[in-house]
Amino acid sequence: MSVQVLIVAEHDGANLNPSTAKSITCARAIPGSEITVAVFAADATAIASQAAQLAGVSRVLKVEKPANERALAEVLAPQVVAVAGPYSHVFGPSTTFGKDLMPRVAALLDTAQISDIMAVESPTRFRRPIYAGNAIVTVEVDGDSKIVGTVRTASFEAAPKTGSATIESAALDVELPNRTRFVSVSAAKTNRPDLQTAARVVSGGRALGSANGFEILYSLADKFGAAVGASRAAVDAGYAPNELQVGQTGKIIAPELYIAIGISGAIQHLTGIKDARTIVAINKDAEAPIFEVADIGLVGDLFQIVPQLEELLAGGSAAR
Amino acid sequence: MTRRILVGIKRVVDYNVRIRVRPDGTGVITDGVKLSINPFDEIALEEALRIKERGAADEVVVTTVGSADCQQQLRTALAMGADRALLVQADRTIEPLVAARALLKLVERELPMLVLLGKQAIDDDNSQTGQMLAALWNRPQATFASRLELLDGKARVTREIDAGLETLEVDLPAVVTADLRLNEPRYVKLPDIMKAKKKPLETLTLSSLSLDERQRLKLVKFEPPAQRQKGIRVKDTAELVDALRRKGLV
Repeated sequence: MSVQVLIVAEHDGANLNPSTAKSITCARAIPGSEITVAVFAADATAIASQAAQLAGVSRVLKVEKPANERALAEVLAPQVVAVAGPYSHVFGPSTTFGKDLMPRVAALLDTAQISDIMAVESPTRFRRPIYAGNAIVTVEVDGDSKIVGTVRTASFEAAPKTGSATIESAALDVELPNRTRFVSVSAAKTNRPDLQTAARVVSGGRALGSANGFEILYSLADKFGAAVGASRAAVDAGYAPNELQVGQTGKIIAPELYIAIGISGAIQHLTGIKDARTIVAINKDAEAPIFEVADIGLVGDLFQIVPQLEELLAGGSAAR
Repeated sequence: MTRRILVGIKRVVDYNVRIRVRPDGTGVITDGVKLSINPFDEIALEEALRIKERGAADEVVVTTVGSADCQQQLRTALAMGADRALLVQADRTIEPLVAARALLKLVERELPMLVLLGKQAIDDDNSQTGQMLAALWNRPQATFASRLELLDGKARVTREIDAGLETLEVDLPAVVTADLRLNEPRYVKLPDIMKAKKKPLETLTLSSLSLDERQRLKLVKFEPPAQRQKGIRVKDTAELVDALRRKGLV
């Protein structure tokens, strides 16, 4: 018998967020899974066709309402519940979108939620990190209630774009509250790769000393097409905006290359990067905990090393 | 609407403690380790106190669901400035859904205009209780708050989301969960600790609230995370670039 999985798509109103393709890969790991992606939007046309291309998706469900222009948990949750009927599993990504919405869905469905699924052991058994990733717990769902989960996106590759699912529209007769209103969003416009999906990330800590000091990271990152990240300390100090924060309470990422510059490596930061393929640490303190997880470590003054690195990567002369 | 704020806190292993999994895989070692108010909940409490101090609320009630030992953390919260405390005593660890049901019972009793909680507890990292309470209560939620402003019957909340900062307006009563940059909690002073001993701390039992206490999840086993292999040290930038080239990374 097949296992019916519903995935709540994350998008920005125009494009599907890559977290959805990763959630699909998690759902595909459930033996016998049949996957439906639900897109709640004002206009879901483009987003739905992107979702339909993802391998493993058999059906895309569009729910189009003006009230869905912004992702408001209070507005979306009753709609997710209204379509959830036929599904045994309802998943969303463990991004701020999914973390906000899915517990509200779970409570309305009278069920528990499994947060941050990092591995699927069976349709009812999952592994997830706790204590900032310092322990991994295997969780078994008791009983036959629906299973609501958020997917730790750093643990799964994106599903490839080789699918061709059917797209359907659902007209939901659900009364939607108007007690939560979107006011504004401020996000720095950037041409750099997205931190959550970038193959390379250059990340800075408090040792950069100022927002100005952070400029050398942006320059280095641009030299080889990397995204820029930051430690909590750097964000708290105002050197970098909050959306760049990597760690337990920021973004959990899994790039091919992570270069930690002037980051000491608190456990809360390390939990955000432990799935990186290669970690490089540059720090003047040889005893910094970041070196315990680094694949390549270099002890020294970042203000000398970073410009040298930039020059060498640009193919310039060795700056020994 | 009352001018009361209810703050939910959780007692957790202090964030400075190095977590170790028990050799038999039944949990993590919590014997003899320092326990504290979950840092995000402390921020939630601080925010409630500041709202009261600027005259926008009359009373701050702090609560937790947990063992009798949680009285320590409630006393700390009273020393920080909460007016009174409610302990819902449970003799076992409970899931967020059960915690949310217990909080709902307290909400029905206390009729707060605002419920503040941390955005997640740093032990189980679930990030669920606030959202679940908002669902069961059928009220708005604003999670991951880094700024909170109370207006007439409404709250304006700036949220830390993946894309940047989002501002929402929610009708009160509502549930707001605190992110790191909402504020910096105050330190507790000795005279306040003495004063807190005289503040009311009421104990209820979870079973007296007559709610659905069913646990839906079984924690089968605990394991330490996979360790990364020991890396290498390079002596200068040129060697670093060579090492990156050998790995095909640049």
